[in-house]
Amino acid sequence: MTFVLDAVLCALILGVAAATIAGHGVFRAIVFFIVYGLLVAVGWVRLGAVDVALAEAAIGAGLTGVLFLAAYGRLGREGAGGDAPAPAHLPAAMAGLGVTCALGWAWSALPLPDRPGPQLAEALPMSGVENPVTAVLLNFRAWDTLLESVVLLAALTGLWMLTRDAAWGGRIGLPQHVRPDGVMAGFGRVLPPLGLLVGVYLVYIGADRPGGAFQGGTVLAAVGLVAALAGAVRPPRIGATRWRAALVAGPLVFLLAGLAGAALGAGFLTLPPQIAGAALFAIEVALAASIAVTLAFLVLGPPEETITR
Amino acid sequence: MNALVVLLTLPLGGALAAVAFPAGVARGAALAAAAGTVAAALAVASEVAAGAPPRIALGGWPPPLGIALAADGLSAALLVTTAAVMAAVLLAARHTMAAGLAGPRIAFGFWPLALMLWAALNAVFVSRDLFNLYVGIELLSLAAVGLVAIGGKPEALAAAMRYMLFALAGSLLYLAGVALIYAAHGALDIDLLASRRPSGTDALALALMTAGLTAKTALFPFHVWLPPAHAGAPAPASAMLSALVPKASFVILLRLWTEALPDEASPAALTLIGALGVAAVVWGSLGALAQSRVKLIVAYSTVAQIGYLFAVFPLLPLAQAAWSGVIFLALSHALAKAAMFLAVGQWMAAAGGDRLEELRGLAQAMPMSAFAFALAAVTLAGLPPSGGFLGKYMVMTAAFTAGQWVWALPMALGGLLAAAYLYRPLAALFAREGASVAAPSRARQAVPLALAGGGIALGLASAEPLALLANGQPPIQAVVR
Repeated sequence: MTFVLDAVLCALILGVAAATIAGHGVFRAIVFFIVYGLLVAVGWVRLGAVDVALAEAAIGAGLTGVLFLAAYGRLGREGAGGDAPAPAHLPAAMAGLGVTCALGWAWSALPLPDRPGPQLAEALPMSGVENPVTAVLLNFRAWDTLLESVVLLAALTGLWMLTRDAAWGGRIGLPQHVRPDGVMAGFGRVLPPLGLLVGVYLVYIGADRPGGAFQGGTVLAAVGLVAALAGAVRPPRIGATRWRAALVAGPLVFLLAGLAGAALGAGFLTLPPQIAGAALFAIEVALAASIAVTLAFLVLGPPEETITR
Repeated sequence: MNALVVLLTLPLGGALAAVAFPAGVARGAALAAAAGTVAAALAVASEVAAGAPPRIALGGWPPPLGIALAADGLSAALLVTTAAVMAAVLLAARHTMAAGLAGPRIAFGFWPLALMLWAALNAVFVSRDLFNLYVGIELLSLAAVGLVAIGGKPEALAAAMRYMLFALAGSLLYLAGVALIYAAHGALDIDLLASRRPSGTDALALALMTAGLTAKTALFPFHVWLPPAHAGAPAPASAMLSALVPKASFVILLRLWTEALPDEASPAALTLIGALGVAAVVWGSLGALAQSRVKLIVAYSTVAQIGYLFAVFPLLPLAQAAWSGVIFLALSHALAKAAMFLAVGQWMAAAGGDRLEELRGLAQAMPMSAFAFALAAVTLAGLPPSGGFLGKYMVMTAAFTAGQWVWALPMALGGLLAAAYLYRPLAALFAREGASVAAPSRARQAVPLALAGGGIALGLASAEPLALLANGQPPIQAVVR
C-alpha cells in the first residue's frame, strides 16, 4: 500500500514538474509550481524529514508562490505581456538535462545512506534540545546558521538598494487597495490570528519536535503578509528604527550568545550543556522574530510610491 | 579573546550595527569595526608566522559533527591583503558614500553590505568545511550583488540581476557536488576528506563543484557577467568586487584540487582548466583593448588576470613554485586592481565620466592618483620589481622545472597584452593638455597610491610573504599518472 502511495506521489511530482516547465502561459506555470512545492513537501514527509517538509511548504510553495503571483500581476499591469510564448532556451535545457543525468547516475552508484553516525547519538543529549535537526542547526553547526541569518539580512539590504531614490523613506511595497467587504478583507481578519497561533507554536515546539525558528518564522511572515495585503496593517517606512531593530535582533542575539561562550572560556559558539537548552530557546525566539520580519519585507519589496519631500 | 574569533565576528557585528543605527552612527560603527578587523587579521597572520596557526572546533564539536576553522599561510596572506584593500576602500568611501554626497539610500546600504562582504571573505579564508564554505560564498555573492545594485541606474540593476543568476547557478552546482561528497563519505571537513577512501562519485562531485565555483570566479566562458557588473558599481564597490570577491571562490577551488581531493586531479581535467585560463587571458585582454571607458578596461583586465590563476592549474601537482606563484599573482592583482578602481573613482568624480577622452591630461591635476594607476599597471603587466612579476617568475620557473613550458607562454603573452590595453588610459592621463578640474585632497589621492605601492612592495620584500605561505603548503603529488 505504501509502495503504491509513494509511486503515485513520485509520478505526480514528475508530472507536475514537467507541466510547470512545458507549455505556455506564465500563470499556469506558477500554479503548477505551487502545487509542485506542496507535493515535494509531502515527499519530504514520506522520507521522515518533517522539518524540511515544513520549510518547503512554507517557503518553496507559499512565499515563493506569492512572489511569483505578484510578479505576474505586475507584468500584466505594465503591459509586458504575461502569457506571450517564450522561446525554448536550448543550452539551458541541455545543461539541465546533463546535470540531471549525472546526478541520476550518482544516485545509482552511491551506497544507501547510513543512519546518522554514532557521534550524533552521543552528542545529542548534551546539545540542550531533543530534535536532532534543531541540535544540528543551532548547536553543532551553529556557525552555518548564524551566517545564514545574515544572508537573509544581506538579501533584504540588497533588495532595498533597488528602491528609486525618490521613493526612499516611503512605506515598503506597493500601496494596497482592498474593498472593505471583499474576500481579501475577510481573509485578512480571519487568517492572521490562526497563523499567529501556528507560528508561535512551531517556534516553541522546535526544541523537541519538528518546527523551529525558520519554520515558525516563515509562518509568522505569512501572517504579516496576509494582514498587509488585506490592508489590515500598513507596512512600515523603510527607515523605521523599531523595525530595523527587529531585523538585527536574531543574528545579534545569536552572535552575543556565541561570544558569551568565548568570554566564559568555553569557546566561540560553545554552549555548556547546563544552559544550552535555555540559550537555544532565546536564540530561537529572537531568530524567529527576525526571520519573520525579514521574509515579510522581502516579499513586500522595496518602497514604490514617490514621496514628496 | 581569540584573534580568529574577533576576525570573524567583528565585521558581522559592525554590519548589524550599520543596519540598526541611523546613517551617521552607522558609518562610525562600520569604520570602528573595520579598524578592529584589520588588527585581528594582522594578529592571526602573526600567529601563523610564529608557527602557531590558530585552529578552532566550533562549539567544541570536532568534525565530522561540527565545523573546524583554521588559518594557514594561504589564509593569512589573503586575510592581510583583504584587510589592506578593505581599509583603503572604506577610507575612500568615508567621503564618497556619505549621505550628503551619495544620498540616503546608498548611505544606508553601502556600509552593511561592505562589512558583510568582508565577514564572508574572512569566513571563507579560514573555513575547513565544504558546506560552511557554501554558506560563506552565498553571503559573499548576495552582498556583492547588492553592491552592484547600489549604482541605481538601469544598466547597473540589469548587471546585478545577471550577476545574481550566474552566482545562484554556481551555488547550486557547488551544493550538488557537496551533497555527493557527503553522501559518499559522511564528512565535509577538508582534512577528513584528504584521508578518505575514494569513491566512484568523487570525480563527478569535483566536476560539479568546479563548474559552480568557476562560474562565481568568472572564468572564461562564464565571465560575461563580470564587466558590466564591476563597471556599473560605484568605485569603492568595484574595488571590492574586482580585487577580492573572485579570490574567495578561487581559494575554495585551490583547496579542493590540492588539499581535499588531490587524487582526483587528473591531467586531462587540469589541462582543460588551464586551457580555459589561457582563453580568459586572451579574451579578457582583447576585450579590454576594445573598450573606450576606463572602468570597462579595468573590469575586462580582471577577466584576463583571473585567467592567469587558472592557467597555473596544470602545474600545481608538478612543481612547488606553481602554488606560491599563483597566490602571489592573486595577492598582487588584489592590491593593484583595488588601487586602479579607487583612482578611477576619483577621476570620475572630478571629470564627470570615464571615457578616455574625458581623462586627457588629468595627471597634471591629480598626479598622485595617476601615479597610483601607473604603478598598478606595472604590477598587472608583470614588470619587475612588482609582486605580479614575482608571481609570473615563479610560475614560469615551475613550468620549466616540470618540463611543461607551454604554460609559461600565457604569462608572457598576457604581460604584453596588459601593456597594450593599459597604455591607452595611461597615454590619455599623461597627455600634455591642462585639464582644470577640482582635484581631491592629497590625503585622499594617497589611498590608491598606498595600495599600488603595496603591489610593488610585494615583489621587493617577498621573503616574509613567502615564508608565511610556506605554513601549511600542500605537498605536490609526487607521482604523475
